[in-house]
Amino acid sequence: MVRLIAFLAGLFFAGWLIVSAGFTTYEMITEPAQPTVESKFHKYPKAVSFAHDGPFGSYDKAQLQRGLKVFSEVCAACHSMKLVAFRDFEALGYSEDEIKAIAKGWKTEVPSINPETGEAATRPAIASDKIPSPYPNDVAARAANNNALPPDLSLIVKAREGGAPYIYSLLTGYAPVPAALPKENRPGVGLHYNPYFHSLNIAMAPPLTADDQVTYDDGTKATKSQMAKDVSAFLTWAAEPKMEARKTAGWSALIFLIIFTALTYLSYRTIWADKKH
Amino acid sequence: MSFPWANEYKPQHPVMQWVDERLPLPRFVYNAIGGGYPVPRNLNYFWNFGVLAGVALVIQIITGIILAMHYYASVDGAFNSVEHIMRDVNGGWFLRYAHMNGASFFFIVVYIHIFRGLYFGSYKAPREMIWLLGVVIFLLMMATAFMGYVLPWGQMSFWGAQVITGFFSAIPVVGEPLRQWLLGGFAPDQAALNRFFSLHYLLPFVILGVVILHVWALHIPGSSNPTGVEVKTESDTVPFHPYYTAKDGFGLGVFLTIFVLVTFFAPNMLGHPDNYIPANPLSTPAHIVPEWYFWPFYAILRAFTVDFLFIPAKLLGVIAMFGSIALLFFLPWLDTSPVRSGNYRPLFKKFFWFGLIPCIIILAICGVKPAEGKWILLGQLAGAYYFAHFLIILPIVSRIEKTEALPNSITEAVTGQPAAA
Amino acid sequence: MATVEQAESMTETSKVETLGEEGVRRRDFIHIAAVSWAGVGAAAVALPLVNQMNPSADVRALASIEVDVSAIEPGQAIKTSWRKQPVFVRNLTPAEVAEANKVAIGSLRDPQTLAERTKPGKENWLVTLGVCTHLGCVPLGAAAGEVKGEFGGYFCPCHGSHYDTAGRIRKGPAPLNLEVPEFAFISDTVVKIG
Repeated sequence: MVRLIAFLAGLFFAGWLIVSAGFTTYEMITEPAQPTVESKFHKYPKAVSFAHDGPFGSYDKAQLQRGLKVFSEVCAACHSMKLVAFRDFEALGYSEDEIKAIAKGWKTEVPSINPETGEAATRPAIASDKIPSPYPNDVAARAANNNALPPDLSLIVKAREGGAPYIYSLLTGYAPVPAALPKENRPGVGLHYNPYFHSLNIAMAPPLTADDQVTYDDGTKATKSQMAKDVSAFLTWAAEPKMEARKTAGWSALIFLIIFTALTYLSYRTIWADKKH
Repeated sequence: MSFPWANEYKPQHPVMQWVDERLPLPRFVYNAIGGGYPVPRNLNYFWNFGVLAGVALVIQIITGIILAMHYYASVDGAFNSVEHIMRDVNGGWFLRYAHMNGASFFFIVVYIHIFRGLYFGSYKAPREMIWLLGVVIFLLMMATAFMGYVLPWGQMSFWGAQVITGFFSAIPVVGEPLRQWLLGGFAPDQAALNRFFSLHYLLPFVILGVVILHVWALHIPGSSNPTGVEVKTESDTVPFHPYYTAKDGFGLGVFLTIFVLVTFFAPNMLGHPDNYIPANPLSTPAHIVPEWYFWPFYAILRAFTVDFLFIPAKLLGVIAMFGSIALLFFLPWLDTSPVRSGNYRPLFKKFFWFGLIPCIIILAICGVKPAEGKWILLGQLAGAYYFAHFLIILPIVSRIEKTEALPNSITEAVTGQPAAA
Repeated sequence: MATVEQAESMTETSKVETLGEEGVRRRDFIHIAAVSWAGVGAAAVALPLVNQMNPSADVRALASIEVDVSAIEPGQAIKTSWRKQPVFVRNLTPAEVAEANKVAIGSLRDPQTLAERTKPGKENWLVTLGVCTHLGCVPLGAAAGEVKGEFGGYFCPCHGSHYDTAGRIRKGPAPLNLEVPEFAFISDTVVKIG
């Protein structure tokens, strides 16, 4: 009985799927899917290497400090980084006093309340504060950016396929609109052509427009490519501040487990030595 | 039940004797997983995966309980609480990554465990109950994993919840009220998040209970083995301890090594970047995909594109998706071959390796690809094979197949000599 | 053949038995090593599992706060929060300082001089927890207009503990002086508490 019902159910499901497959084939033949414009013009991230790549990689603190400078002077005007606190910059090699100075000198202040009138006010940030947003809320952010919302950058490297190389490619990838691009895909008002972006047209204007937009404290030449690389490394750290601890712990765990596996293997072979199996 | 030649529990240490006289737990453990439990001597490494599944469950429970000490189940705070865990909680990143990848490894291990069962006929009499309980565990795991993935409240969390609960609205008449009852609202929101957190905490303990029943049911007939020939004499078996405790220890080492490689060196490899974006009910991701262990079922869901008479394609997809798991319950009665192990079933073996395995891999690939063109077609053909395999092919094969001669006993298969009388 | 099998199984069982009976043998070393190494691993894993309950980095960051005291006039006090507890920062007038120093130490329930409770050169700055040492209520006296009790310091309305201008218990059920947290002047106008 079970087998009969199962047989009929099988005939139905398998059969209807074959029928559906037939319909799909027919559609594929009569209306073959056209390659989209995006797929023709879209570019995959450039091959660029970072100090933190690979199982042995670690952050280059000097690079992270340069990246922070780029972030604070270029990106932070529009982008928030709400999940990172100023005290976290200790990992970049700053001292407690330097961090206090960075927090106090941050262009945006932290929302607070006027202690006398109770009205909304702002105060300079301290080390324990998270980095304040440039806009009080999303509506204000959109209003200031042509209805586009600049995403928070705390996790952007983990939230985008391609990670840090994608961010680097995007920042350095702005290009003139190709002549072959169809009219409906050309960037409209407030959009800019960037083949590394999924829809080819991004609302963010090129943020790195010229060399030496930022003056690096350590004297490194701030070319557009250098700034893009440094800020991409900084954003990777912002998304994964514990990466170095993770890799170190990983090697300890791996070495422990290789020894453990070897010992348990020998124990197993010893016990089974005279038992044919 | 055990075998008559099983070692008897004889406590050496006076403290163990004292305890055992008052609470027979020591002898219970001895008879269940100690020297008092005879197990076939010829088990291969596929038999390691049951214990590994238990270990994976324990890892999830421990990391999960600890994560729950820091997680905040609010639509406004959940995403940030997970980042608080990653950045500020001592070792929080390790706990989160271990729990996240632990779920994947739990499924990897359970899938291999299930495939062992399918190939070696572990579901056949007298072990049907173990198999049924196992399918129940699998369903509970899927529910637990789905709810757990919603908790970080990222884009995939939210939209995955939206899609899965949307299935229920496909059911005629009661579908939409049912969906709103499940969600406690019209879309995944605070009510859904809170109840998913509560149930996600509860279900693993239900799984634990069913696992206990699963192992208990196993210990009645004892383990099967790669030949499918039942245990007959003492020389067919070895005591679980130390033979399989040692082998399982080694298996644990291999499992943990691979787990550590992923958790510490590629923790986001199995995940989706979109879940690092906070949930936005007003913006749908370009491609909503579930976690990899759901991909084959997602493919079956999306394979139905044509309405059947009065049944909409969407409803067909939902029924087929649940049906693809439900049919597993009937496997012991669909596959009626008296020969258990695929090793001695040449036709079954061909359909298994050249039919079922490729079909499931293709379904998984179709599940992650966009639902367009050739991916839909492949999913439809692979899906058709899946249902045909279990519901049509296996019943027929098990009746007409000419099986190979079985060894007389496990001892004979292993030593070449018949067992001592 | 039967005897070979029996002999094989007998030596096997005897091997397993003697391992247990005769205690540690050379062949057991590998098993002891494996289990011990596993124990090391278990302990190493247990550490982060226990340590995660310790205060997280954001809580530790608020373990100390900096308070700008430049706005506090002599005779005034402010209430602030440190580690989620109330703290009173009070600028004592010279009269209040003198009053505190006049008291015979031996007569105090919890003998302490004002100098012991303040920083050298800044005896007028009294930093104490705003938590009554009796049962934990927040005493009055820090804000303007609040009752300061019979000794001009603080007064706890819950069970009538009176603290003097040095925050020391003078009357009432409290056993100890108001607790002075670890604090330091990192500049003339900024106090770091904790």
